[in-house]
Amino acid sequence: MKELTYRQMGLLDEEYQQIKAILGREPNYLETGMFAVMWSEHCGYKNSRPLLKMFPTEGPQVIQGPGENAGIVDIGDNQALVFKIESHNHPCAIEPYQGAATGVGGIVRDIFTMGARPIALLNSLRFGDLENARVRQLFRGVVAGIAGYGNCLGIPTVGGEVYFHPSYQENPLVNAMCVGLVNRDEIALAVASEVGSPIMLVGAKTGRDGIHGATFASEELTDSSAEKRPSVQVGDPFMEKLLIEACLELIREDLVAGMQDLGAAGLTSSIAETASKKGLGVMVDVTKVPLREEGMTPYEIMLSESQERMLIVPRPGKEERIAEIFAKWGLDAVVIGKVTGDGMFKVYEGEVLVGEVPVTALTEGCPVYVRQGIEPPYYQELKAYDIDNLPDYDLQEALLQLLSSPNIASKKWVYRQYDHQVMTNTVIVPGDGDAAVLRIKSTDKGVALTTDCNSRMVYLDPYRGGKLAVCEAARNLACCGARPLALTNCLNFGNPEKPHIYWQMQNAIRGMADAARVLNTPVVSGNVSLYNESTTAAVFPTPVVGMVGLLQDINQRCTMSFQDEGDMIVLLGQIRTELGGSEYLAVCHRIEAGEVPDADLDEESRLIEMLLELCAKGLIKSAHDISEGGLAVALTESAIKGQMGFRAELPGTAEQVTQVLFSEAPTRVVMSLAAENLEAVEEIASRYQLPLTILGRVGGRRLMISNGGHMLIDLDLDQAAKTWGEALTCIMK
Amino acid sequence: MKFGVVVFPGSNCDADCYHVIRNVAQQDVEYIWHQQHDVKGFDALVLPGGFSYGDYLRTGAIARFSPVMPAVIEFARRGGPVIGICNGFQILLEAGLLPGAMLRNRSLTFICETVNLRVNRTDTMFTNRYAKDQILQIPIAHGEGNYYCDNDTLKRLQDNQQILFTYCDSEGRETEEANPNGSVANIAGIINEQGNVLGMMPHPERCSEPILGGSDGLGIFLSVIDWCQGVSRK
Repeated sequence: MKELTYRQMGLLDEEYQQIKAILGREPNYLETGMFAVMWSEHCGYKNSRPLLKMFPTEGPQVIQGPGENAGIVDIGDNQALVFKIESHNHPCAIEPYQGAATGVGGIVRDIFTMGARPIALLNSLRFGDLENARVRQLFRGVVAGIAGYGNCLGIPTVGGEVYFHPSYQENPLVNAMCVGLVNRDEIALAVASEVGSPIMLVGAKTGRDGIHGATFASEELTDSSAEKRPSVQVGDPFMEKLLIEACLELIREDLVAGMQDLGAAGLTSSIAETASKKGLGVMVDVTKVPLREEGMTPYEIMLSESQERMLIVPRPGKEERIAEIFAKWGLDAVVIGKVTGDGMFKVYEGEVLVGEVPVTALTEGCPVYVRQGIEPPYYQELKAYDIDNLPDYDLQEALLQLLSSPNIASKKWVYRQYDHQVMTNTVIVPGDGDAAVLRIKSTDKGVALTTDCNSRMVYLDPYRGGKLAVCEAARNLACCGARPLALTNCLNFGNPEKPHIYWQMQNAIRGMADAARVLNTPVVSGNVSLYNESTTAAVFPTPVVGMVGLLQDINQRCTMSFQDEGDMIVLLGQIRTELGGSEYLAVCHRIEAGEVPDADLDEESRLIEMLLELCAKGLIKSAHDISEGGLAVALTESAIKGQMGFRAELPGTAEQVTQVLFSEAPTRVVMSLAAENLEAVEEIASRYQLPLTILGRVGGRRLMISNGGHMLIDLDLDQAAKTWGEALTCIMK
Repeated sequence: MKFGVVVFPGSNCDADCYHVIRNVAQQDVEYIWHQQHDVKGFDALVLPGGFSYGDYLRTGAIARFSPVMPAVIEFARRGGPVIGICNGFQILLEAGLLPGAMLRNRSLTFICETVNLRVNRTDTMFTNRYAKDQILQIPIAHGEGNYYCDNDTLKRLQDNQQILFTYCDSEGRETEEANPNGSVANIAGIINEQGNVLGMMPHPERCSEPILGGSDGLGIFLSVIDWCQGVSRK
């Protein structure tokens, strides 16, 4: 391998000077490489750390907040959920299948490293315009990669979201989330305990794949990025499956003091993180590391990001039993070093010391940059854009256009490729509810899971958009009857060194933090992916929220499908008319502008509480939140999923019908209920000070929306279902 | 009665089958690790779904060499009930306990969805709980479930009435549209000539409880239980 300069490794001149000051000498090649990966944005969060402090991270439900491999929340009965979301954007831009597959592998390791059995996968994907053949190839490859890896592991992929926008043309976003279930007394943390403990490496052999992956993830994509294909790792889900089963067996028998997966920055990062928590040191001999390729240097071994490897620090005297369990699963575990007391990270090649740096210099020593954000000119300009005087657009035609827009159309083409039922817990499957719902066997409980972010809204107004992402996630869980507990996020932005991008980050994070605080959904884990830019521009700021919620009684769950003819359809929440940032404007008028509708957090909080009460009392039969496509699309989706038409009278004046139909303003839900429960629901709504508007009734085979006696939309249910159901499949044929 | 669920490295529906047998069908059940050499004490065996050995060669092609397989084959030869589901079916094909082979799905993608299955016979140990031509709704989840056999084999399967389950539409017709993966003659599940080895691509264990949206699959497990208990009573 050609030698790189420190600049090529991603270090700044001042950072190199800092390293020299720490060591009191010039670092050698290996040491420079170790600093470069540990001080990359991907590992060190040097640009985002000050901003992340804004997030609320505590609450009575939180067992483990940020700082570990994943966050943990209490769900009662000595059980807890372990979860995190992570990006694998740049690898997917170069090599979609393996990039996505190893993204899944990495997040799954984060979960079982903590002793939890992974029970669900979700994802959040962004691609460019599907008209483009290369984009379709990326989309196809990423979905196949997620499927190929997750299906093989036998972990169901139960939910997610996919959006398309030209800003992602060359830089797709691929965020994967994993949720695990653990008994509280079996939680494992990544800490080395005692001086002298051996450090074991288990799993796949180490190769040259993925060297400097963490650095690659921390720079912009360029025309020559394809040359970085060696920075993309190759996944082996079978190996990962063996590791899951073997490692969980170690935990059940209480054999490990510390366990850490090898992800970004490979051995360097996992060893440093294991030792630094207790101020210990470590020595490792690279000649003990089983290699896949010949002639690998210490530099390559320490920086390799070969997948499916785990680091284990055994409890004293348990090495033999550990080796036995790994042998049963056909895995080799070798001792590659030991924990020391001197606070140094020493790398040996046999007897020869080839690198030596203070452990904490790699971790806590990572520089932090507080930057100055500057409001970009587009912000005021697009906010002031006149969207009140649009040319006329036929409403029925608009609805059909929206139903076939890839952002709104059924995602069946995607989730059909994911095994979403293995483990036999998936009670609300993809497409049937606003969130996925899983039962927890041998209890009455259920968990609801979702990922959300409307990045167009975030682009137009990062603060409001950040709020909206958290609100929508919480609302989606509540629509299924689940109380939102906590969230994880994946902050996908452009280059933070650019003041306009930094401004987007600052404001989006502030918005998310405000919403998370009021909705009592603390941030317990997360990941930051910056430098999502290609030669033309940055991606839309995309801070994805992954949220988990709890149903005390799974029988209280609710889907979005209309259930029975004659049921009342009501709108819970205000009648709103803001069209800013809507899919309607984008699809029908080619406009991405306007003032982003704001969420009143207190109102959102009341709406969520009310939904929970309605579900607990069994007063509603369906609930679907209003998001992309507005009220018109929400009604249509409930009808399509329930295979039942409806007749609705639109509130508001004749001049407002377009706005009322297609506004995506938050804090609103379309519900259906038995007529005899209407009075009870109205009473509850007035108690929560929320408006309730009767829209119409379920029934028939047509979708009919009128206003003041004028029929605005009169569509055949089957035609709507076909348009919505087959649009994406047709594009991908 | 006692079921054994064979666990290969990479099996991932083992716990699901175990759960249905123990908690829904309320029978005794144990896992059988693939390195075990005998299957004594079991009344019926299940080879569950998954990706044994990663399915990196051909699906099921490595698993058939597992140490437990000679015992499974011997168990089958003596007439013991064996159910292979999904990857389990693929392993039974590779082991020669059932005829035919699997190709990649016609779409070349993994498919996970609920399909209609027609029950073609009810006088077997696997289907006596169903009505003839009953239509079951059962999920499939596979990338290689496109069953293939040559014309002679197909004729033999038909003549011997070995084709137990076929993909069909909601009216029970074996149409091309109802065939999710391109299988010859819409074949979803077959039995051997003796009638004691069943291989099927759909997953009955995923639809054996109403909370999961249906329990059409439970009948397969209950049929085997009824049949075994009937035999032991005789």
